[in-house]
Amino acid sequence: MPDIKERGIQEDTRQNVRSTGKISGHGACGLHCIKMKDITVRDGDTVMVEHVNMHIHCGKVTVIIGRNGAGKSTLIKAILGEIPHEGTIEFTDLRNQKAESLRIGYVPQHLNVEKNTPVSVYDLFAGYISNIPVCLFRPKKLKEKIIRQLEMFQAQDLIDRQVCDLSGGELQRVLLSIACTPAPNLLLLDEPVSGIDKNGMELFYKKIDELKKHYDLAIILVSHDLEFVERYADEVVLLDKTVIKAGKPREVLESEEFAKAFGSGRHAW
Amino acid sequence: MQWISEFLKYDFMKNALAAILIITPLFGILGTMIVNNKLAFFSDALGHSAFTGMALGVILGVSDTGISMVVFGILFALLLNYIRSRNTLSNDTVISVFSSVSTAIGLVILSRGGNFSKYSQILVGDILSIRPSEIVSLLVILIITILFWAVAFNKLLAMSVNVSLAKSKGIPVRRLETVFSVLIAIIVMLSIRWIGILIINALLILPAASARNIASNMREYHLFSVLIAVFSGVLGLVISYFLNTAAGPTIVILSGTIFFITLLTRGIVKQS
Repeated sequence: MPDIKERGIQEDTRQNVRSTGKISGHGACGLHCIKMKDITVRDGDTVMVEHVNMHIHCGKVTVIIGRNGAGKSTLIKAILGEIPHEGTIEFTDLRNQKAESLRIGYVPQHLNVEKNTPVSVYDLFAGYISNIPVCLFRPKKLKEKIIRQLEMFQAQDLIDRQVCDLSGGELQRVLLSIACTPAPNLLLLDEPVSGIDKNGMELFYKKIDELKKHYDLAIILVSHDLEFVERYADEVVLLDKTVIKAGKPREVLESEEFAKAFGSGRHAW
Repeated sequence: MQWISEFLKYDFMKNALAAILIITPLFGILGTMIVNNKLAFFSDALGHSAFTGMALGVILGVSDTGISMVVFGILFALLLNYIRSRNTLSNDTVISVFSSVSTAIGLVILSRGGNFSKYSQILVGDILSIRPSEIVSLLVILIITILFWAVAFNKLLAMSVNVSLAKSKGIPVRRLETVFSVLIAIIVMLSIRWIGILIINALLILPAASARNIASNMREYHLFSVLIAVFSGVLGLVISYFLNTAAGPTIVILSGTIFFITLLTRGIVKQS
């Protein structure tokens, strides 16, 4: 019986990847909507996040900003289903108002891979998309699929490298390919540019923009990088336990709420 | 080749060799993920809890304390896992508390009336006293481990790298953690009488730790770990026979030596 996840790769490969490594697909239809209603997360008696309401459409990049401790990572974990939350997250096809199951691609802040860990990029990738034990076999077909997926982010040459030896930018490209296999409806990126140089950041943002244009997915990104927020975000959400301001980048960055949250304004962070 | 026939002249040596040929690959395989998932301290605590498992067997009058050790080991692993998942204390603190308390309870019960020397064999183990029926139970657990690896290895790996990412890919992290720690508990408890509380963790960790020095992917990691475990196990048993030393510690010294050799040569091996 073919593995569900493997079938996912086949879909992906058909839909989006050419051997040139460019992302190419049909683009966002703009008709899928992720509605978060009244999301509240508690840790014992402490309220971490409360009454968060957000509407996210495919083809849009929504950037969540906020001070440390504002609940950004908690919200991401709640969306991932990793921690229990109140409220609902619905994924609807607006054409027929039918609820569908949401497939999330997640790019974590960092990996728990110490120096000297014998995990290659192939092992890491195959571990998530296949059930064939990577400690025993390396089927040619699976390797080819992984190379094709890595090509989307110019990471195909990294396949035999050890994950612990990758640079920040290289690791991020690998993680993005994993998050996009199988193609998700929602891509969640939790501060993905920490520890990456200026050039790497530029490449990363361009890739996100390309993904947005060619894939049928919505992107939520937690970021501290204001330059990016202004240039690439479609929507910005300012979080401080709850949504205190949401809208177009300029609207939020020039708002009173923003100035209040970050003290003297932009320069404070 | 005369030494081989001399070595295998006795049935207990044949049994011990058979047991070593099962235990060492088992430990070689299991060790890889114990090290990757940072469970070395956990398996160590499990080993120490064998005292209490044995003591409970003595109190309850169980004829084979092996059974009470396995049952207690599983309960210990489940309870420890539950408390760790509550996240109220740091991991090493919780494990340390469990380890010391279970050691103390076991020692108190076993030493009642000055009888501890009767049980002290469990400290270093005695592979030469293993019986064929016990070898069969080790073989069964080796097969179970290989099956578990075939089904769940990739998920264990994914879990060790990043729990949130694993969960986002639909991997049942909690359930898998529980099954894995129960498996470790069963294996540790079934083999501890032959290997000994004091050194069982060394045998679990050293082959994998050595393999990490020279492997650059998961297949090499497993291959080297199993080869190092079997090599030091068999050679250690033979040496212990001729030097008349305890088998377990002799094997550990060999594995330790291999660890340092791989540590020193890793730059050369990996470059090539």
